[in-house]
Amino acid sequence: MNLTLRIWRQRGPEDRGAMVTYELADVSPDMSFLEMLDVLNERLILEGEDPVAFDHDCREGICGMCGMVINGQAHGPRDRTTTCQLHMREFADGDVIDVEPWRAAAFPVMRDLVVDRSGFDRIIGSGGYISVVTGSAPEAHSTPVPKPIADAAFDNATCIGCGACVAACPNGSAMLFTSAKVTHLNLLPQGAPERESRVRDMVAQMDEEGFGGCTNTGECTVACPKGIPLTSIGNLNREYLRALTKR
Amino acid sequence: MAVTGAVMLLYLLVHMLGNLKIFYGRESFDEYAHWLRSIGVPALHGAWFLWLMRAVLTVAVVLHATSAYQLSRRDLKARPQKYSHRQRLEASYAVNTMRYGGIIIALFIIYHLLDFTALTLNRNGVEGAAYDNVVSSFSVWWVTLFYIIAMLALGLHIHHGFWSAARTLGVHSAAREKNLKIGATVLAVLIAAGFMVVPIAVLAGLVD
Repeated sequence: MNLTLRIWRQRGPEDRGAMVTYELADVSPDMSFLEMLDVLNERLILEGEDPVAFDHDCREGICGMCGMVINGQAHGPRDRTTTCQLHMREFADGDVIDVEPWRAAAFPVMRDLVVDRSGFDRIIGSGGYISVVTGSAPEAHSTPVPKPIADAAFDNATCIGCGACVAACPNGSAMLFTSAKVTHLNLLPQGAPERESRVRDMVAQMDEEGFGGCTNTGECTVACPKGIPLTSIGNLNREYLRALTKR
Repeated sequence: MAVTGAVMLLYLLVHMLGNLKIFYGRESFDEYAHWLRSIGVPALHGAWFLWLMRAVLTVAVVLHATSAYQLSRRDLKARPQKYSHRQRLEASYAVNTMRYGGIIIALFIIYHLLDFTALTLNRNGVEGAAYDNVVSSFSVWWVTLFYIIAMLALGLHIHHGFWSAARTLGVHSAAREKNLKIGATVLAVLIAAGFMVVPIAVLAGLVD
């Protein structure tokens, strides 16, 4: 496959940045999107240019490190797929592919396609945990959890914190991410002791980070590689109202 | 947004049903209009109920617009740079027209009040002659057109607003998702169509 790539290049946080066009020949349809960028980068290095910076880690679709907006879609055209699990067979020979970083005020671009997502870490730090005695693992049957609750908690726990929801949201809102974490932990008995403070603190931190407000457009859930449902946002609001009335 | 929207939605439903009294004829409609100005008498004095309702509605409109402004400001600030490749938005037309639709509805409300409440823009403009005032306005084609456009905008606004509000208030869940969506559509169509049927009937000569 021969492709034309238009990639966002930005030397650092203060640089203005621009889209730069690269022609890439002989791309295998079996390559992943990141492998295709690896090939481009090898060539750029040999030519004495700076390689395109992008985040990645496991390349198995479970770590949440990779992520870029491909042709206007977070993680590219394939549903429920991270960028690393997207393969070039999704594209056609001769395609022009636009590659851009996540765009949100709360996710400043560090370099090229790398954005600073530490805002998510601070949201987690403000309440996305449970207080347990550390040491040996507890007996699994000592805290029974009904199957539907366990399933719902697990569905929300699959959030890998990649930030595609923020990137896709026209308001740059982090509601889907925060709601997945709150729903996951607030559903379970292990999360009960911090149930109210968790939702209050995580929402407060989310607001402080400069994420936008949710207008229920639903773009986030479409972009989410893990399919976190929009109902989680309804649940976050319910938990928030509950916490406000239960001081 | 959700609470004030719900207050206005409730009012609109009652307002729309009341408007349909026009099909019972001039006498019935004028009597209804007069009754609106004397609800609660003698416990309440004169048009107190009406003014109370107007006050509640004004507060709701002002708060709704204020939070819309604040939310829009915040959202535009949170997403300062657009993608150079246009995003393929999944959201429906109703979602993407909330802001403009809201402005159209606000402008319409101002015109509507000057037309039928203050009567300054009404061609007939006789206080108490509600039926004739309605007919005189809607006999003009562009008034009816503006009315219909505003009602279409209102229908779209309610379509997204209703279930968005349900989610904001935490009523929304996976089990209720389908019912809420159906409810939003039914409410939007019912209210928009219920309002539109009056000017259309006037233009068609069914009400004159």
